Amino acid sequence: MSRIIHKEDLAKDIIRLEVETPQIAKKARAGQFVVIIIEEQGERIPLTLANWDKDKGVISLIFQKVGFTTRKLGALNIGDSIGHILGPLGHATDARNIGTVICIGGGVGVAEVYPVCRAFKEAGNRLIGIIGSRSKDLLILENEMRGVCDELFIATDDGSAGHKGFVTDVLEEYFKTIEQSTNTRYPDLVYAIGPLPMMRAVSEFTRRYDVKTTVSLNPIMVDATGMCGSCRCSVAGKTVFACVDGPEFDGHQADFGELEKRLELFKDQEKKIDEKFSA
Amino acid sequence: MRNKVSQQSAKERAKNFSEVALGFSQGEAEKEAARCLQCKEAPCVKGCPVKIDIPGFIKLIKEGKRKEALEKVKEKNNLPAVCGRVCPQEDQCELVCVLNKKKMPINIGALERYAADYELNQLSDRNRKPTTDNRQLKKVAVVGSGPAGLTCAADLAKMGYQVLLFESLHLAGGVLVYGIPEFRLPKKIVQNEIEYIKGLGVQIKTDTLIGNTFTIADLLQEGFKAIFIAVGAGLPQFLGVAGENLNRVYSANEFLTRINLMKAYKFQEFSTPVNLGDKVAVIGGGNVAVDCARVSLRMGKEVNLVYRRTENEMPARKEEIENAQDEGIIFKTLTQPVRVIGDEKGFVKGLECIRMELARGCDESGRRRPLPIKNSNFVLDVDTVIVAIGQNPNPLLPKVTPNLKTRDDGKITVDENLMTSISGVFAGGDIITGADTVISAMGTGKKAALEIDKYINSLTSNSSNF
Ligand SMILES: Cc1cc2nc3c(=O)[nH]c(=O)nc-3n(C[C@H](O)[C@H](O)[C@H](O)COP(=O)(O)OP(=O)(O)OC[C@H]3O[C@@H](n4cnc5c(N)ncnc54)[C@H](O)[C@@H]3O)c2cc1C
Ligand SMILES: Cc1cc2nc3c(=O)[nH]c(=O)nc-3n(C[C@H](O)[C@H](O)[C@H](O)COP(=O)(O)OP(=O)(O)OC[C@H]3O[C@@H](n4cnc5c(N)ncnc54)[C@H](O)[C@@H]3O)c2cc1C
Ligand code: SF4
Ligand code: FES
Repeated sequence: MSRIIHKEDLAKDIIRLEVETPQIAKKARAGQFVVIIIEEQGERIPLTLANWDKDKGVISLIFQKVGFTTRKLGALNIGDSIGHILGPLGHATDARNIGTVICIGGGVGVAEVYPVCRAFKEAGNRLIGIIGSRSKDLLILENEMRGVCDELFIATDDGSAGHKGFVTDVLEEYFKTIEQSTNTRYPDLVYAIGPLPMMRAVSEFTRRYDVKTTVSLNPIMVDATGMCGSCRCSVAGKTVFACVDGPEFDGHQADFGELEKRLELFKDQEKKIDEKFSA
Repeated sequence: MRNKVSQQSAKERAKNFSEVALGFSQGEAEKEAARCLQCKEAPCVKGCPVKIDIPGFIKLIKEGKRKEALEKVKEKNNLPAVCGRVCPQEDQCELVCVLNKKKMPINIGALERYAADYELNQLSDRNRKPTTDNRQLKKVAVVGSGPAGLTCAADLAKMGYQVLLFESLHLAGGVLVYGIPEFRLPKKIVQNEIEYIKGLGVQIKTDTLIGNTFTIADLLQEGFKAIFIAVGAGLPQFLGVAGENLNRVYSANEFLTRINLMKAYKFQEFSTPVNLGDKVAVIGGGNVAVDCARVSLRMGKEVNLVYRRTENEMPARKEEIENAQDEGIIFKTLTQPVRVIGDEKGFVKGLECIRMELARGCDESGRRRPLPIKNSNFVLDVDTVIVAIGQNPNPLLPKVTPNLKTRDDGKITVDENLMTSISGVFAGGDIITGADTVISAMGTGKKAALEIDKYINSLTSNSSNF
């Protein structure tokens, strides 16, 4: 049982919880995630470690209410407990000093890219951030991102904040300026996390420039310890288990089409049980 | 005559998840116990991997002393209600029972279960306090709560150690909770056995992935005198054919975990889904494959068991193969899948197979080698595929533990005392043997407990020399 000690609405349907889990807080590293189960009848769902405080023994989870379990989680309050939390899981980001890194986060993915940004910054990289959402009221962690990035760009689909358009439009714009300039180089790494179409678009774009691109894949998981294969994805023509081999992979090698289809597997059931929540 | 255990009828049980075998009544048990010859040399005991005093407990059953019979079993076996249900007695104690010469061995499994089930409804009896008086308060960590870990933990607790058992899943039990289905091993029974082990003083910490939440080095640093690693063989094997990542292709582990651990068969009451079509192909011929087939059947599906050799070579227990046939599972033997066919949405719509024949010569397993028959390909009309062709040792912990040596096949290397390449760290169960049986995992768990005790004693005697 892990107690919730803080709860905050970051945007419509996006919530931040602080939870007491001293041991996970002690071990957490950027790029890693946890699996939570709210109660015995619950499902195991993966959530990225958005932040952690070793001294206080607390981790932060930021999630979007998209279905049954995330809605249930969103209905918990300060003082309530989450039945089970397992972690930290997956490989940590390999955040060495490599030069210039562009970190891109879309939607709730901004929460997931934030700790990665911090790790790259702490390693001494020049950091460019690009974050986006559908509209201004759905944009999260803008201030935190501004604090850690050397330059931050914002994109919203409706233009209510920053550039009107997608994060990839901003990325293209940025690459164009580099092309025209004589003294700036292409970034050494692009890191993208967010909705699958966004990660795919980023990867397809950077492939043209041969700029190394890391994405964090989000397949459906069960145990998240490498024992079931629910999370299997194809990367470079090989099957990998995202929970233990990832979740970060080379965006130029990932089979996004396959993952997109695999995310549809439980659509009918998800709908059914979500109706139960609404009722 | 050997007395058989009565079962739910095939027609009835195909529609529910309740236990198939109903167990002996007192009359049946005492009648069966009376057949035992009480052999002096008792070959059955030698056939038992944990050396239960079989004639001893059978005699007590005959005398109507069920409680004492159970105590006798528990001298050697910490999980009797589990073993009475899932051990392959036909290959062990019953195989060597002198009455097997006439093909009528004592039904030792059913008697063990009868003795064990005495406690099922007598919880108060088993919550006896741990024997804290002679507590040495030396801490030992056990990693993994399958039969190997549970057994080792229980034996160490009985010896007076303070045992912390770490499990990554949210429930303890290993394969007993996530793998073997309810109708063969009710989860209430596993729970009961675990409560007994907790009653011995073992502390169980679930939601703890050793390697991540704590490393082996962390545990040694925290003052654990020894560590027993029993993380099992949970890495699912796939066929390596095209189309294996299509929707509705599951590994046996994913399928069984969704159903048994997460209770997807009670979807709505529980919130983990499973998506099955109408016609299921289960690939494999072992216990795991047969379990997957029988679970699918209970989910109301038409089920094909696809196996590349014949029924005679199937590694699953005979009894379970017969049960599966009675329940209406279609056996597609001498059949090997070559490709999973998908529709435009990425869902399975067929399984292309090739027919096989058995060659004269044997392979390394001693069975006749299956060979494909040229141009015999055909498409099996199924929309769900479950791959149950085996599990490999769990690679996660060895991967992140420097100096923990493994063999090429992923098994952790141990010496004859079950110690790994790290001093004070022992290993047992499926992680050293590869996928095996409950009782052999328990056997190594018991041995490890003894070796750990010896090791810790040697530490203290060495240090007192100074
Ligand atoms: C490594 C990893 C880290 C993640 N981190 C975050 C995070 O920090 N914040 C956040 O909001 N979301 C995160 N997700 C996604 C999150 O796990 C899903 O949104 C959540 O499981 C949905 O559950 P639900 O019952 O609310 O919705 P459902 O109704 O079950 O599903 C809604 C959608 O979420 C997807 N989904 C369903 N179950 C899972 C699952 N077990 N794993 C992944 N996706 C699933 C489905 O494709 C579906 O379209 C992460 C996923 C992964 C794999
Ligand atoms: C479907 C199925 C049916 C079977 N039927 C039979 C049968 O009828 N009869 C029979 O005798 N045998 C049967 N077996 C085989 C038997 O269950 C296994 O041989 C036995 O369970 C192995 O025991 P174990 O303790 O080594 O490991 P497991 O039971 O596999 O337990 C290992 C545990 O360790 C945990 N773990 C793994 N890594 C970590 C980590 N890093 N940190 C913490 N915890 C970790 C796992 O979550 C798991 O709970 C069956 C197996 C399956 C899958
Ligand atoms: S070998 Fe058979 S008959 Fe002899 S003691 Fe064992 S169970 Fe009884
Ligand atoms: S979620 Fe089970 S193997 Fe990754």
